[in-house]
Amino acid sequence: MSAAVGNSPGTASGLTAVAMSGGLDSSVVAWMLAQEGRPVVGLSMLLWDRSDEVSNGRCCGALDLGDAKRVAQQAGIPHYTLRMDQEFREKVVDPFVGDYLAGRTPSPCVACNTWIKFDLLWQKARAFGAESLATGHYARIVEGPEGPELHTAANPEKDQSYYLFELSAEQLAASQFPLGDLAKSRVRELAREAGLAVAEKGESMEVCFVAGGVRDFVESEAAAAPGRFKILSDREVLPGEPAGFGTPAILVDREGNELGRGEPYYRYTVGQRRGLGISSANRLYVLRIEPEHNRVVVGSDDELLARGLAAERLHWIGPPPEGAENGVEATVKIRSRHPGVAARIRSLPGGLAEVEFETPQRGVAPGQAAVFYRGTRVLGGAWITGEWR
Amino acid sequence: MAAVYLDHNATTPLDPRVRAAMLPWLGERHGNPSSLHAFGQGARNAVEEAREKVAALLGARPAEIVFCASGTEANNAVLFDLALASAAGGSRRVVTSGFEHPSVREAAKRLGERGFEILAVAPRGGSVDADEMIAALGPQADRPAASLAALMLANNELGTIQPVEQVARAARALGVPVLCDAVQAVGKIPVSVADLEVDALVLGGHKFHGPLGAAALWLRKGFDLHGYLVGGSQERRRRAGTENVPAIVGLGVAAELAAEELESRHRHLAALRDRIERGIAGSAAIPDARIHCTDRPRLPNTTHIAFSGVEGEALLIRLDLAGFAVSTGSACSSGAVEPSKGMLAAGFSPEEALSSLRISVGMANTEAEIDAFLEALAREVAALRRFAPATEAR
Repeated sequence: MSAAVGNSPGTASGLTAVAMSGGLDSSVVAWMLAQEGRPVVGLSMLLWDRSDEVSNGRCCGALDLGDAKRVAQQAGIPHYTLRMDQEFREKVVDPFVGDYLAGRTPSPCVACNTWIKFDLLWQKARAFGAESLATGHYARIVEGPEGPELHTAANPEKDQSYYLFELSAEQLAASQFPLGDLAKSRVRELAREAGLAVAEKGESMEVCFVAGGVRDFVESEAAAAPGRFKILSDREVLPGEPAGFGTPAILVDREGNELGRGEPYYRYTVGQRRGLGISSANRLYVLRIEPEHNRVVVGSDDELLARGLAAERLHWIGPPPEGAENGVEATVKIRSRHPGVAARIRSLPGGLAEVEFETPQRGVAPGQAAVFYRGTRVLGGAWITGEWR
Repeated sequence: MAAVYLDHNATTPLDPRVRAAMLPWLGERHGNPSSLHAFGQGARNAVEEAREKVAALLGARPAEIVFCASGTEANNAVLFDLALASAAGGSRRVVTSGFEHPSVREAAKRLGERGFEILAVAPRGGSVDADEMIAALGPQADRPAASLAALMLANNELGTIQPVEQVARAARALGVPVLCDAVQAVGKIPVSVADLEVDALVLGGHKFHGPLGAAALWLRKGFDLHGYLVGGSQERRRRAGTENVPAIVGLGVAAELAAEELESRHRHLAALRDRIERGIAGSAAIPDARIHCTDRPRLPNTTHIAFSGVEGEALLIRLDLAGFAVSTGSACSSGAVEPSKGMLAAGFSPEEALSSLRISVGMANTEAEIDAFLEALAREVAALRRFAPATEAR
């Protein structure tokens, strides 16, 4: 049977796979590459199958995958949805829940890029014959003397390089970020010009698999699979207190004086000020979470200041900079919206690292990534395990 | 070569002769068959002509045919009618095969949620054992005979033909009505309601080069349904709603053509299917391919093949990118591929299910297309086997 429609039969050489979430950015990428006349295939990942839940229109919802398919048709490219929910749970969701239960503040978008998009999805795309993977990230890949380098987006407002720090040079060599030089407004303009179905779609800023509050999500996931997660507190449940996940934490100051009872410890984040559950004459902030004692240490704004941090799973995008064992200078971002601080990074055996800030920083949160920049270039990063004062 | 379509068990392209017959009803002719005036009379006549043609294809009487929108609708109607009927008492047990179409499986599941006992007989190796199914139907010390048996005539994935006649004959003796989902069989193999001795049989036009949106439910005289869509008195009060005249006209012509051409179609389809299977079995370029169920009666147009060490999903995508449309597993609503429930029920391992392709040919396929497909298949299987890390089954 011969048909007028079909997926660009013939050679698949130079095939580019576009990771399509159904959102504005990746849709424009697919459309742009198709406009260039290159062979393009759109791939969407079914990451979080909650088909029994009403779709909330977020990036993981079935609705958005439908949008990706529509955009692919508008761009005239084939599109496939790949079921990757098991891997997503294993690599992203469970560690996310586990981090909160261990008193850390996770960064699931980094994990998703590292393990899902640029690893598993890329492997699949290669198996389909793709030679590169394009995404809607706002970041740039620049060919340097030692290979491809990761740089911040031209528009610092939208820069997403922080979330990509764990990529390797090999992964960068196979990746394309066509939006790296564009302003968001230009991207929306392109979508409108193309008449894409998603042109007026809003931003997805929150954690894509969490529909409501993050803490409620953590609680319900942990309660749903008690075998998979371990609550670290071994404190005895006091009379009248709910057992297990609901046990209120003891709020203490830095000297260990009890200030009161609050919410369960995993509902707190380092740096948090609001909703601590106790009143005080001074503004209080969460300084540290101690799950093993079901304790949350609080203190003043100044007590939040740290001189440096300790980190693990140190990663350099290219070859490690020379003299990293003795310390190298870089600008370090300790969370995605952090402006960055001049610091000295020392690489230690076993993938550990320590970072000394030039000026003390507030809100060093274990579980977040410390990402190292030199100018616009991302050198690498590591995962924060603690602060030093 | 333009894209080659080898997924006719999903849907078939419209036969140009069917299209020609439908066109007047999408243009200058129109009318509500229930209207008394000339427009209505013309439309009524078109619908009744189609009914005669569909009945003739099955060896049935026109009055026994209920037109509906899809095979799913018809299967649902028969199963859900049990829930209404059982309000009046009687047995609440349904026996099916383990790899029925979702429109039977899910409807039965609903009945199960409403207190019915649902028994699915495993189609070991690709077919149901008639004796096993018959044994499940009968009354036993503590329970009456089943209220319904549902058995498909041909499996949509493996193409295997099920022992409907045998089961139905025994069921008749036990007083158990039988629903036969013949959607994949009609138009490909002879289907006679007189021979099959079932009580309800379902066919869908778009599986044999008819249009989407028209299907038929044949009901043996005396086996009647409570009206399941109520409103007007269409379809002898069994299915209310204004008839989809253009689609029904198309279904009628598709049925007429299928009846006339059944033998030559069978020859054409089987020749192409055999060409694929010979090409694969004899190909040094495609080692470790396993063609399923060649030891049992099958549809002439369907072949189901496992390529060990190859992820079926990836193979499907590579073939699609190369211009060849086939299928694998069973697509869920969002289009992601999961191991097919039917394959698992038939006793295949998840790995085997996930490494399989279903290739289903149609009347417009040519030998040249099959040869081009075989060449592409060898190329893509070899390319995938070089990607060992990506081929592990989930």
